[in-house]
Amino acid sequence: MINLSGSIAGVHFKNPLVMASGTFGFGKEYAQYYDISVLGGIAGKGLTLHPKSGNEGLRVFETPSGMLNSVGLENPGIKHFLENEAGFWEGLDLARIVNLGGDHIDEYIEGALLINQDSRIREAKGLKAVDIIELNISCPNVKEGGLAYGIKTEKAREVVREVRAVTSIPLVIKLSPNAEDLVSMAVMCEEEGADGVSLINTISAMKIDVYKRKSVFRNLYAGLSGPAIKPIALRMVHQVASRVNIPVIGVGGITSATDVIEFIMAGASLVQIGTYNFVNIHAGEELLSGITEFMNNEGIQTLDEIRGII
Amino acid sequence: MAEIMSNIQVSPGVFRIKISGKYEGRIGQFYMLRGSRIDPLLSRPLSIFDLKDHYIEFLYQVVGEGTHLFASLKRGDSLNLVGPLGNGFPDIEGRTALVGGGIGIAPLYFAAKQLRDTDIYLGFREEACLVTDFNSISSNVRIKVGGSILDEVVFEDYDHILVCGPTGMLKAAKQKQVEQDYHGNVYVSVENKMACGIGACLVCSVKGPEGTKRACVEGPVFLAKEVDLDD
Ligand SMILES: Cc1cc2nc3c(=O)[nH]c(=O)nc-3n(C[C@H](O)[C@H](O)[C@H](O)COP(=O)(O)OP(=O)(O)OC[C@H]3O[C@@H](n4cnc5c(N)ncnc54)[C@H](O)[C@@H]3O)c2cc1C
Ligand SMILES: Cc1cc2nc3c(=O)[nH]c(=O)nc-3n(C[C@H](O)[C@H](O)[C@H](O)COP(=O)(O)O)c2cc1C
Repeated sequence: MINLSGSIAGVHFKNPLVMASGTFGFGKEYAQYYDISVLGGIAGKGLTLHPKSGNEGLRVFETPSGMLNSVGLENPGIKHFLENEAGFWEGLDLARIVNLGGDHIDEYIEGALLINQDSRIREAKGLKAVDIIELNISCPNVKEGGLAYGIKTEKAREVVREVRAVTSIPLVIKLSPNAEDLVSMAVMCEEEGADGVSLINTISAMKIDVYKRKSVFRNLYAGLSGPAIKPIALRMVHQVASRVNIPVIGVGGITSATDVIEFIMAGASLVQIGTYNFVNIHAGEELLSGITEFMNNEGIQTLDEIRGII
Repeated sequence: MAEIMSNIQVSPGVFRIKISGKYEGRIGQFYMLRGSRIDPLLSRPLSIFDLKDHYIEFLYQVVGEGTHLFASLKRGDSLNLVGPLGNGFPDIEGRTALVGGGIGIAPLYFAAKQLRDTDIYLGFREEACLVTDFNSISSNVRIKVGGSILDEVVFEDYDHILVCGPTGMLKAAKQKQVEQDYHGNVYVSVENKMACGIGACLVCSVKGPEGTKRACVEGPVFLAKEVDLDD
């Protein structure tokens, strides 16, 4: 019998497939197309303390084997999520990850507090909607000039430490490939008591309209995702996984079962699927059967046999 | 995967593709189509041109890589499609003007076949297409090549105006409603770039006085006054 399961801080994942934040809504849309409870987990759309209407102007541009997005964290806010979406999550038999963003450190803390408090209230009724908080530190630090928290290790340390202090919910830090020193960033997360790291978020990138002589995006830069970034993501996951002892979630450009296996071989405990959901509406269930088939063919029983073998 | 029954060029750079299978859809709804596994990456949104019990048809203009790839497909080849998506035009009663500019005529054929009491206005920049097809389903088809077809539409004669075409045309319709203080409904079908097509990714959001809406779910058809139209 093939066993695909894994865990992070005691949270069970029936398989390594987790849908990436911002690409899967809160799961309802894709649930119309397949039974999403076959998945290991889902990370919801990035939430901030207050609702955000997102960026103005064009928000997407296709590139060779990839796409740029400039959604700007459009989201209904944490309260709205807890009141209107979390109920749907209670009924899901998979690991449920809230992705938490913020424009400054106080927003992260207050957001984490709200989620923590909500979890307590649900727990008292024997319910649960959130298994893990994934902290998105790629957000611009509005107070300090807009440079993302995820660039400098010591700036990020403040956020991780403060959020860790206010929540007992397992905490995963989502790392940005734009970090000055990604390995030191991951080591810092481990030092500060994070239960895991996920990487990579989108790569800061650009597209110019040569006729209009300006960037196609009002924000100048946008985030690159999709197969184009996979080789970079894989290298980064490999580097980080060989330096930390907490679980690493590999993210970036996965579009096939063998892509998933590559990340596992590079040392990832789990993987996240983002852009591929747009390409193949049945991505989750098809990747799952692909992995199972690969393991059968290769005579592999558990992912532990191949994890981090490179 | 669905099998292509035919894929015919109906005017320079404009193709009509017929895909076999049983499909659903309302007027103004669309499908996401793709002919590649990965490259080009995103699926392309196309409006329902026509629908029968054993096939669906789309009318598309070749503009870039994705539609170029569609144009190369032959009878017997296959395509992937997801749909029907979007809200489509609401169920309406009363006199209706269907106004299409360029490839924006695509959803109007299906609409004209189903709505009663409609007049059809089709505008083209250089060369008209599918004129015979439209004439075969309606006796009230007005065609204009060059210039603005919107100028031909007397808004006051109608309860509803449905406009589908380039953003400039949608903006002009919105403006005309304001200028003429027209109290009927002006509906526009927006063409925003999309990724997931089902409301999960928020890249196609449209802003308006009541906040942001997803073109792929709450749209692509909106009341003109509900949305800010920018290029
Ligand atoms: C709801 C809806 C219905 C549509 N119905 C039709 C139709 O019936 N017939 C038709 O010919 N065209 C229609 N379009 C426009 C059509 O989707 C684009 O022309 C097509 O995606 C261009 O792809 P490409 O690869 O040839 O061009 P490229 O420019 O190479 O495409 C690059 C990217 O931009 C996107 N894109 C480019 N132009 C448009 C556009 N005008 N609208 C939306 N996305 C765009 C593509 O989808 C792709 O992601 C519709 C668009 C929408 C949103
Ligand atoms: C449209 C879009 C929205 C995204 N929104 C978020 C978000 O809100 N929070 C976050 O941490 N990551 C977000 N991401 C990043 C993805 O979760 C993922 O890290 C990245 O896209 C790389 O994976 P992929 O190549 O499989 O898409 C978003 C990505 C896309 C394409």
